[in-house]
Amino acid sequence: MTAAAATGSSTLTQVGLLAGRAVSHVLRQPAQLVFPIAFPLVLLAVNSSGLDAATRLPGFPAASYLDFALAIPFMQGALFAALNGGQDLARDIQNGFLDRLALTPMSGGALLAGQLGGALFMGIVSAVLYLVVGVLFGVGIASGVAGALVLLVLAITISFAFACFGTFVALRAGSGEAVQGFFPLFFVLLFLSSAFFPRDLIEQDWFRTVATYNPVSYMVEGIRSLVITGWDGQALAQAFGISAIAIVFFLVLSSRALRTRLLRT
Amino acid sequence: MSKLRRTRSVAVSVAWRGIHNAFTNPAILLPSVMFPLFFFVAFAGGLSGVQHTPEFNFPTGYSAFQFAFVCIQAAAFGGVFTGFSIAADFEYGFARRLMLAAPNHGGIVIGYVIAAMVRAVFVLGVVFTAALISGMNIDGSLANMLSLLALALAVSATATLWAAGIAMRMRTMQAGPIMQMPIFILMFLAPVYVPLPLVAGWVHDVATFNPVTAMLEAARGFISGEPTKVAITAACLAGMFALTVVWVRGGVRSAERAG
Repeated sequence: MTAAAATGSSTLTQVGLLAGRAVSHVLRQPAQLVFPIAFPLVLLAVNSSGLDAATRLPGFPAASYLDFALAIPFMQGALFAALNGGQDLARDIQNGFLDRLALTPMSGGALLAGQLGGALFMGIVSAVLYLVVGVLFGVGIASGVAGALVLLVLAITISFAFACFGTFVALRAGSGEAVQGFFPLFFVLLFLSSAFFPRDLIEQDWFRTVATYNPVSYMVEGIRSLVITGWDGQALAQAFGISAIAIVFFLVLSSRALRTRLLRT
Repeated sequence: MSKLRRTRSVAVSVAWRGIHNAFTNPAILLPSVMFPLFFFVAFAGGLSGVQHTPEFNFPTGYSAFQFAFVCIQAAAFGGVFTGFSIAADFEYGFARRLMLAAPNHGGIVIGYVIAAMVRAVFVLGVVFTAALISGMNIDGSLANMLSLLALALAVSATATLWAAGIAMRMRTMQAGPIMQMPIFILMFLAPVYVPLPLVAGWVHDVATFNPVTAMLEAARGFISGEPTKVAITAACLAGMFALTVVWVRGGVRSAERAG
C-alpha cells in the first residue's frame, strides 16, 4: 500500500487495505493458520475421550463430554488469534512499518480497525471450522440452526474481544516477546475457569471461587448453553455483555496506546 | 588425560554452565517450574470431581493421581526446555565454539543431560512441596518415592536426548515446536485424567500401546504404595533411551559436519 493510495481515500478504504494486508499476512504463513486451528481440535479429541467418564457423574449437564467441551476450542482459537494478531502488530512496530504509516494521512481508527481485521478473519475461519467439525463428530446443537448462528456470532465476538486485548498489549509494549509473554496468562485464565468442568461440580472451593470471578467462565458457558441447554437468556446475556465490555475497554486502551506510540514517532 | 577423564571434564563443565544459567536466569527456570505447578493446580483443583466417577479406583486421592502425571510431564518438558537452551547455544554461536574447544563431543551431550536432571530434581521438589501443602496423600514408602524420582529422572534424560538430537540437527530455536509437540501428544494420549479403563474411544486404543501409559501407571503405583508395571516401564524406558542415544549421536555428527 502506498501513501498515495491512502491519501484522499475514505476511512473504509483505509481499513479495507490494512485488513487485506493483515489477512494476506495470515494466509501466507500456513503455520499461523494451521496450528491455531488444529491444536484446539487435537486437544478437544483427546479431552473428550479422556474425560468422557465424567459424564457419568450425577448432575453432569451433558450426555457426552464432546458436547460439553465443544466450547473450549472456540476459546483457544480466540486466544491464538489474539496472540498472532498482537505479534503481527508488534512486528510492524519493531520493523518501523507503523512509523511509516504514521507519515501518511491514515487515521488512527482505521489503523486499529485494519489491524484487527486479520484477527477477526482468523476468528471467523476457526469458529466456522470448529462448529462444522463438532457437528460432523456428532455434537447436537440443542438450540438448533438459529442457535448455531448465534454461537458463531458469539464466538467471533469473543475472538474480537481477545484480539483487542492482544492489540493493546502489542501497542503498549511494542515487542513480540511481550505479546508472547501474555500467552501463559491467557492459558491460565482458560484453565482456571469452568471450561473443563461444570462450576457446580468443582469440588475445591477456592477453584470454584476463582472460576466464578473469571470472566472466561461466562464466555465459555454462553457458548456451551447453546450447545447443551438450548436458549438460555442469562448465559447469553452474560457472555455477550462481558465480551462487549472487554471490546470497548481494550479498544479505548488501544487507541490511547496508539496515540502515545504515534506521538513518540 | 584419559578419554574417560576428558569426557567427565567436559560433561561437568557443560553441566555446571547449564545449571548456573538456569538458576541465575529466572526467564529460563520460571517456565519449567510454573507450567507443572499450574497443571497440578488446574487438574487436581478443577477436575477432582472426576474421582467420584463409578469405577475410578485410586484411594490415595485425585491430587496424588495428578501429581504422578505432573512428575512425568515436568521431567519430560524439563528435557525439552534443555533442548531449547542447546538450540539457543547454536543460534548464538556458543555451541560451535564449545565443539571446537571440547575434545569429546559426547561429553557435551552428557553435560546437558546432567543439567536437565538437576533442573528436574529442583522442579519436582517445588511441585512436591506445593502438593504436600495442598493436602496430597502419599501411601507409598520412602523407597517407592525414590523409585518415582528415579523414573522421572530417566524420563528427563530420555526427553533431553530427544530434544538435543533435534537441536543439534536444526541448530535454531525455531525447532522448539518440533521438540515439544511429539512429547506433548504422547503425554496427552495417555490416561491423564482418569485410569485407563475409563478412557473412552480411540484414545483408549492408542493409550493402551502408548509407553507413557505404563510410566504413568508405574508412577501412580509408587505414590499409592502398590508398585505396578515397573518391569514394563523399565523396559520401555531402556528402549527409548537406547533409541534416543542413537538419535543424539546422529545429531552430534550433523552438528560436526555443519562446523
